[in-house]
Parts: sequence; C-alpha cells; structure tokens
Amino acid sequence: MIGRHRHCLGLADYSPEDIVEVLDLAVSMKEVLKRPIKKVPSLRGKSVVNLFFEASTRTRSSFEVAAKVLSADSLNWTASTSSVSKGETLIDTVKNLEAMRPDVLVIRHSAGGAPALVAQRVDCSVISAGDGSHEHPSQGLLDCFTLREKLGSLVGRTVTIVGDITHSRVARSDLYGLARLGARTRVCGPPTMIPPGIEALGPTVHTDLKEAVAGVDAVIMLRIQHERIGDPLIPGTREYSRLWGLNARKAEEWLSPTCLIMHPGPINRGVELEPEVADGPRSVILDQVENGVAVRMALLYLLAGGPEAANEAKA
Amino acid sequence: MSSLLFIEGGRVIDPGAGIDGTRTVVIRDGIVAEVAEHVERPREARAIDARGKWVTPGFIDLHVHLREPGQEYKETVATGAAAAVAGGFTAVCAMPNTRPVNDNASVTALVASRAAEAGLARVYPVGCISKGSAGEELAEYGELKEAGCVALSDDGKPVPSAALMRRALEYARAFGLPLTVHEEDLSLVGKGVMHEGAVSTRLGLTGIPGAAEEVMVLRDLALAELTGGRLHIAHLSTRGAVRAVREAKGRGLKVTAEVTPHHLSLCDEDLALSGYSTDFKVNPPLRALEDVHACREALSDGTIDAIATDHAPHSLVEKELEFDLAANGIVGLETAVAVCLDLVRGGVLTERRFVEALSAGPAKVFGLPGGRLVRGAPADLTLLDPAAPWVVEPERFRSKARNTPWKGRRLVGRCTHTIVGGRVVHGEGRADR
Repeated sequence: MIGRHRHCLGLADYSPEDIVEVLDLAVSMKEVLKRPIKKVPSLRGKSVVNLFFEASTRTRSSFEVAAKVLSADSLNWTASTSSVSKGETLIDTVKNLEAMRPDVLVIRHSAGGAPALVAQRVDCSVISAGDGSHEHPSQGLLDCFTLREKLGSLVGRTVTIVGDITHSRVARSDLYGLARLGARTRVCGPPTMIPPGIEALGPTVHTDLKEAVAGVDAVIMLRIQHERIGDPLIPGTREYSRLWGLNARKAEEWLSPTCLIMHPGPINRGVELEPEVADGPRSVILDQVENGVAVRMALLYLLAGGPEAANEAKA
Repeated sequence: MSSLLFIEGGRVIDPGAGIDGTRTVVIRDGIVAEVAEHVERPREARAIDARGKWVTPGFIDLHVHLREPGQEYKETVATGAAAAVAGGFTAVCAMPNTRPVNDNASVTALVASRAAEAGLARVYPVGCISKGSAGEELAEYGELKEAGCVALSDDGKPVPSAALMRRALEYARAFGLPLTVHEEDLSLVGKGVMHEGAVSTRLGLTGIPGAAEEVMVLRDLALAELTGGRLHIAHLSTRGAVRAVREAKGRGLKVTAEVTPHHLSLCDEDLALSGYSTDFKVNPPLRALEDVHACREALSDGTIDAIATDHAPHSLVEKELEFDLAANGIVGLETAVAVCLDLVRGGVLTERRFVEALSAGPAKVFGLPGGRLVRGAPADLTLLDPAAPWVVEPERFRSKARNTPWKGRRLVGRCTHTIVGGRVVHGEGRADR
C-alpha cells in the first residue's frame, strides 16, 4: 500500500490530495496502455478477485484488463455462478475467497455498504466497483480524470449531472470527486429523482434542463434504468426524453460551444441521449471507457502494490 | 410466620405516590407494607442496604419481543424475562408476533406458563388485533382477554385497512383493551431500510420518510375519535407524529404513546458513523436529530406517556448481512436504564419523569397493577445505582441476542436489585441477611 488508503470504498473518504495521487498515477498508466506491448510487471505475483453480485460487463472487464496489464492474476467470481444462489451469506463467500489469498477484492453489490461490510471482515484491500445507490468510486475517479485531461484544472469549472440522482452511485462519487477538485456542480432531473439533502454534497438542484446546462463545462447524462419507469418515479420515457434528454437541437441551442458530454454507460439511446449527441464531437464517452482502465490500474497499483512494486516501478 | 424484607437507606422516588426522599420500604409476604422515614426492623427481617441507590416502583416495559413460541433460537420467555429483571424491569408486555402469532388463548396460555416457570419478571401477553395478524378479520378479543392478554397489537406490521382498524377499536371497547399500533404506511416504506433524509442520500440506502409513520398516526387518531376506542401508539419516532399526538391529547382524545430508548438517544447520523452496522437497523428507523429532540421534549412534557424498549432479539444469522437484508431490531432490556439516565444527566428528563415514564406511566397506559409503592400493592421494586459505570458487553447479556448499538460503549447507571412480588429476582446476594 503506497497511498493513504487500504481500501477504496467511496470518494467521500478521499481528500483532494488522495484523488490527485490516483489521477497523476493514472496519467502514467494511460501511457502504458498506448505502448505496443501493453504489459508491465508491477503487480506480478499479486492477485485480484473480481466479485460481482450484479451484472456488469464494462466495469468488470475494465478491472480485469487493468489487472492484466499490470501482470496481476485476476479471477472473476460472479454471483450467478457462485454459491450465493445456494444460500451462502456474503461474509461466508468473501471468507472463502479470502482463504485463496487475494491481494485485492473488487466487489460490486446491489446493497449500499456491502463493500464496507466486506472490508471489515477481510485482511486484503477492497475496492468498491459500485454498491447500491451509494458510490462507484472508480467511475467518479475516471470522470474526474477525463475532465481534467480535457479541461486542465477543474477549479472554477461547472459540471451538471442529469438524470436519476436518487438511485445513482455514479452521481454521488462524481459529486464528491468534482467538489474535491474545486469544480462547481449542478444536478438536474424530475423532482422524484432528486434525493433529499443532496445539496450537502455540493450541487445546486435544478428541474429545468435548459437552466441547468447553461454555461457549464460538461454535462454527465445518467442512464435511466427501465425498472424505475412506472416506479412511479416518471410517467414514461416519452416525457422524460422530451424534458430531460439531450438531442442535437437542445445541445446546439443550450450548451456552450465547448461543453463536453459524458455518460457512464450503457446508454439508452433515444431516452437520455439521442445518437447524434452520443456520437457527436462533444462526446467524450469512449475516452471515459479508455481512461477507466488507466484509473483502475492506478487504484490497483496503489492498493496492491506495496514497497516491492514501488521499487520495481522506479527501476 | 410471615416474611419480612426491609429496603433501607435508599432514595425512594415514586412519582405515582408523590414520594421523593430517603425512606425505608417494608415488604411483608410480597406486598408493600409500609414506606416510611423511620421503621424499626425486627430481628427476623431480612434487609437490603440501599444507601446511595434509588428505590423505585418496578419498571414496566410495554413492548418486548420474547420470540417464544417459534423462534426460540433468538430468545425465549425465560431468557427474555431474565434480561428484563437484569435491566430493572419487573414486568414486560410480550408482543404477539411469535410463530404462531398470539391470536388465540392457547398461545397466550403458553406464554403465561413459560413465564410462570421462569419465575422472574411478570409477563403480560399482548394478543393480536387480527387473526393471524393478517389484517383481514378481527381476532377473538373476549377469549384473549380471559386468557390474560392486556392489550391488542399486530406489531411488526400496521393494520392496513382503515375499516378493520375502525372495527377493532370499536370491538375492543367491550373488553376495555387498548390497541397498541405499529404505524407505517407500507406503500411509503417501499424497500426503505433507514430514515429518509440527507443521511440516507449520502449512504445510498433507500429511505423511509417520516410521513410513512405520520399518515398512519393521523388516520388512527381520526378513527379513535370516531370510535371512542383506546389507542396507544407504539414506538413513536417522528416530529410530525409527536405533533399529531399532542394535538389529539389537547382535544381530550384517549390516546397514549410510547418511545424507545434508541429513538431518544440515537439518530441517522449515528448509523452513518457506525459504518453500515446492522445493529443500528431498526423499525421505525433511527430518525433525524430534530425528531430525536421532538421525542425527548414530548416525553418530558407528558405527550409521550412511557418509555418502552421494543426489545427485539435477533441471532447473528439475521444481522451479519448486508444492511438491506438484515433484520430490523435492537435489544433494549439490559441497556434502557443507563441509556435513559443519560437523558436525566443531560437535563432532558427530570429524575421524577424518568421514573414515572418507566413505572406509573406505562402501568396507566395498559391499566396494569404496579407502578406505585403504596401500602397493599404488590412489592415490585427496582433498585438503581445511578452513578455506576459499566461497559456494554453483549456476550454478558442474559438475553440470547447481541444486537445492540451500544456494544462496547461505556454507560453510567445500573440496576442493582430487582424485586418481583417481594422476591429478589436479580441482584447481589438475592436478599442478604
């Protein structure tokens, strides 16, 4: 462990210096990804277990690639193929996995706080890959990384997050991360999707999209999950996309010419984003995916690295 | 020969009888014979030296879950009664959400006989409002009352149908039984696992708004007014519910309310500080600080009549889980006195009100014997050392359960002796000399 943290459970615990440490290291990691031979021995002999209790393709793959580039061994354990379906508790599952001596446990779970529970019970490092509506810290870090890469310093910049803030772990991690780096934030969505007291995390709250995106440097559009429709949080996707979705016309008329469009994926095309915006020149959505690998490499390195890896990196 | 027990030198605090001062309590054959400043002790009498202690009417808990029959791995009537007397409670009211539920005389009789075998605290069974606690048909209140039930409740669940609640309030009038109700609108609760507010937003846990409790309290107050039935609100927890009860009492409605030690002392921020500890998961959830303050004020001014623990034992199987999946509940019998004494030391409650809310207050709510140390009353007494420090070690609980948010905490104030019907059922020496 090189950084201050033994685990990465949420950006609420990360200071500006902690975040900058990850982002700066991710710059070097991104450079590795651009080499013809995308492999460094930094985490040789270390093992990473990806323990996913919720379906995920991109986050799990991103962690897996990150581990492989760093020469760590990685094991994917998904709830559907695990003994969870046989009624084993979370604690029993992780205790069994821990007996296989991983250095890092990457966990995604539908229950907020599940990675914290695991972290209390195991000796290895734990990274949350998203827990319930709580946090998704590596996504928050990669969003900060992408914005810093495109905009330079985030001090005095403004970023708007649009969508179902209540159920979004991405929104919470973004709000913490952006605030720590000096950015101003806004959230926007139907009032049924704005959780009480969200202002405590920094943003101003808006229901009108035009007002919320006026003059901002970036807009993060969140995925509208189908199970929320008729929850009854919103009447349907038709009105949602009309009022809170972005299409080319709105982007042209309401956004500043340099405003970036981001999305944590997967996109519901035609709901929160029209294809011409998602694929347009403002979109940095695919940069986010690429940067995700670099940021996760940095996180794994900081948590699993230890002194040997640090020395090797210097050599 | 009659048996004589003298409790000497203690500070007797008995709000029901209007006493606060050094007195000797004389107990003869299980009955309070005398409470006086100077009484000559005959040689054959046993004595307890109560100097430095508070001597109060036995504490009565209107709301405990003893889990028997059906979930004896969590608690039994005997272990629950042992926890009660260890915590200073001489009587507890056992909620009917056992397996099977207590909706008929045979279950009531089982609970009563287990309590008699244990011979510790008095256990008053509470019967169901509806058959099977299913919220569809009235249970047989006449039979339940004859078997020994002192109140009716579908606790753990609300009575969803306003029409059934109306008929229950009306029908129970024939038997003088109060209805003690668990107030939550399940459609507003949804998948909620903690109080809804800034803290649930931060933790990313699904919230339960205070309004989920308040809409049901308001409904049942309207029904109590319609029917003239006896309504008791269990574990009141929100500012809005306090306001509604205060207003109803102001209009002369026959409504009473209880509050738990945890809702008087912990808020949602404490849950956040615990790092998702499931020992802080309880229903109603730990509310916002402003709700805690409202409950304290209401207990102090008499809007809330009683402190009740909602002692809810669970095994580790139900608690060592993700917060979303863990069972609701906190065990309270063995920590209530110390936790509530903190409120006395903090100037929230007077000493008198503290004792009253644990004795005469609850006795009056369900019309139970006890609550006052008057001549001829059953000799149920609690002796406290209000200054004794101790550390909460759940593994030393008499209860089978360990689910307490005060684990490892240093508390001050402890029951030293518990006397039920003149018998010392808890305490050093069990009646010395």
